[in-house]
Amino acid sequence: METATLSRPTSGWLPEGLKPLFSSWANIAITAVCTAFTLWLAAKLYAWGWAEAVFRGDAAACRAASGACWAFIADKLDFFIFGFVPEAAHWRVGLVLCLITAMIGASLYRAFWGRSLLLAWVAVLVFTALFLQGGAFGLTPAPLRTWSGLVVTVWIAVVALATAYPLGLILALGRLSQMRVVRLLSIAWIELIRGVPLISILFLASIMVPLFLPEGVELEVLVRAQVGFTIFGSAYLAEIFRAGLQSVPRGQSEGASSLALTRWQALRLVILPQALKAVIPAQVNTFIMIFKDTSLVLVIGVFDLLGTFKASLSDPAWLGFSTEAYVAGALFYFAVCFAMSLYSRHLEAALSRGHQK
Amino acid sequence: MTPVAPARSRDLASLWNDIGVRKVAFQAVLVACVAAIVFILWWNASGNIARRGLEVGFAFLSKTANFAIGESVISYSPADTYARALLAGLSNTVVIAISGCLLTTVFGVLFGILRLSPNPFLSRLVGVYVEIGRNVPLLLQLFFWYSLCTRLNGPRQATSPLPGVFLSNRGLRLPSFVANDGLLFAALGFFFAGIVWLVLRAWARRLQERTGQRPRIMPWGLAVLVLAPLAGAHLATNPIAVDMPELQGFNFVGGQEFSPEFVALLFGLVFYTTAFVTEIVRGGIQSVSKGQWEAARSLGLPAGSIMRLVILPQAMRTIIPPLASQYINLTKNSSLAVAIGFPDLINISNTVINQTGQALEVIFIFMGSYLAVNLLISALMNRLNAAFLAKEG
Repeated sequence: METATLSRPTSGWLPEGLKPLFSSWANIAITAVCTAFTLWLAAKLYAWGWAEAVFRGDAAACRAASGACWAFIADKLDFFIFGFVPEAAHWRVGLVLCLITAMIGASLYRAFWGRSLLLAWVAVLVFTALFLQGGAFGLTPAPLRTWSGLVVTVWIAVVALATAYPLGLILALGRLSQMRVVRLLSIAWIELIRGVPLISILFLASIMVPLFLPEGVELEVLVRAQVGFTIFGSAYLAEIFRAGLQSVPRGQSEGASSLALTRWQALRLVILPQALKAVIPAQVNTFIMIFKDTSLVLVIGVFDLLGTFKASLSDPAWLGFSTEAYVAGALFYFAVCFAMSLYSRHLEAALSRGHQK
Repeated sequence: MTPVAPARSRDLASLWNDIGVRKVAFQAVLVACVAAIVFILWWNASGNIARRGLEVGFAFLSKTANFAIGESVISYSPADTYARALLAGLSNTVVIAISGCLLTTVFGVLFGILRLSPNPFLSRLVGVYVEIGRNVPLLLQLFFWYSLCTRLNGPRQATSPLPGVFLSNRGLRLPSFVANDGLLFAALGFFFAGIVWLVLRAWARRLQERTGQRPRIMPWGLAVLVLAPLAGAHLATNPIAVDMPELQGFNFVGGQEFSPEFVALLFGLVFYTTAFVTEIVRGGIQSVSKGQWEAARSLGLPAGSIMRLVILPQAMRTIIPPLASQYINLTKNSSLAVAIGFPDLINISNTVINQTGQALEVIFIFMGSYLAVNLLISALMNRLNAAFLAKEG
């Protein structure tokens, strides 16, 4: 065929790795277009984000330059991290962030997975809640109202996971239960919550919860948002756990009962370890989803990381630098979520290797 | 597990050990707990409602809304009722959802195929887009696009990538057709061309089955597709008219206007969801076994036909279930409109709640609407999935 000779330009002298780029005329054209596009984009980004950017100075210096105004981000960095937390409590917020980061770091190592890690997490969360609130142990109080910035994003995400995880497990078991009432209630909960947008759950939490509380009892909006996220996360995790539970072969539970394990023992020692392991990548994806979705709390008036970015835009001294703020915010979220998804891929590979052995 | 045959002297201990009895007892306790919780909540709510002097019931729906809505698919004015306002919000949500799903499908399939391009440069570029799209919160993306939309030049210095298309800080202006009989006749011509194409295809297939040679019908089909609408428009008394947007004074007149909120929301939703759909399509195509490619190639099919006739129909079985949940996600995510001020269902519900104070009823309405829309989407996608599964034969 004529096209066959046409589609193989002489490329014998090319290194093996570059051959797919130039294997046919169409490919050469695609490579050329992609190169042009990438170069154009890189040049634009370099000029805007580095060469013409202002790293130090004030708004006037930024307006004079044509590039990005990173001075704005640098000036507001404290606000992004600590938000409206009183100055005296900043060191506590910093300490809590370090502590949680260290705990997350430790949780990445599979060698640490186990009961002690779980207990450590519970201890850390209880401690940080009391520590941040202050009021006791000679610490100045930092009321929940003032919590904002990065610490709120991290806090909501971590606590939502910690509370939604057991609830989701119960719902998944309930959905697979042979008891009809339990099953129907679980299905209703899961499907109702998965069927409506997260924003509507947050509205429910911010508008309806006060209506349902007895007279005189009030909950901070942060706590209400937290409840909303727990409810939301539990329904999504439940479906993942269900998939994991269904992936465990029937023979496992039969084998367990033939060893005279009670149903509870069989579940705890035989079924759950296999079920949870089977769906680890999906769990990590749900973690990513919940972490990204914490940004929605700003709709009901909680200032999370994105909320402080948004709030900083209305500072009269720094008007008109929204692109820089959003790009900086996007970089942060991207770094965290992308790291999580790389970790999920690594875990998936490691676990399937272990399985094949 | 069959229940143990009841012993004659059945004391309390054996009753407690009877698994059937335990199940019933547990469920009864559970129902009692749920009922108690619901009752307590209802009791608190009714107490709070009475104390705050709130109204109860859906009577407010027929009252006058008295607030304006920026844009609406159905006609609406502040003199209309709350019910009409909520319906306007729902219609906006539905329009965003439908156009978002269509665009996402088109770009998702395109990028999914490009992601598998043998050219590593191209596939990596698509990969970079996918990672950016998936790993940045949608709300942040929407803020970003919206800030870009509002920072565009004013109408006088609007960007015009194509003649008649204007992008400015007032939104997007596109040329539109004027609804007259010229348009109707052109549409009829288009319809006629479609039928001709189907007939041609049936004829070509029959000829191919008889002789093994497939005649080229593409040029003829295309010719009819172009000529028939033109002929239709020519036959009509009024010639077909295009309403081109024009700058008059400080704004555009004519054409179809899309607000900056609409443009930012639709673009943001499509940018975000397409990243997920791209990965779904890539996974679906990769799930088709290599032998299918080889067999199709050995039959002498050209690359385009292999993709269209052999690979995609099989990949669809893996693609449709997760695609359905992406459609549902897009519909649910359209509620983020509230953050950039597009009048969708949630946004208008929020206004209605603030004006009437009847949160319970309004939240009931919008949650029910979302559930209904999402159930509709999953029902449609299940039908589609069943159709593709049936083809397996």
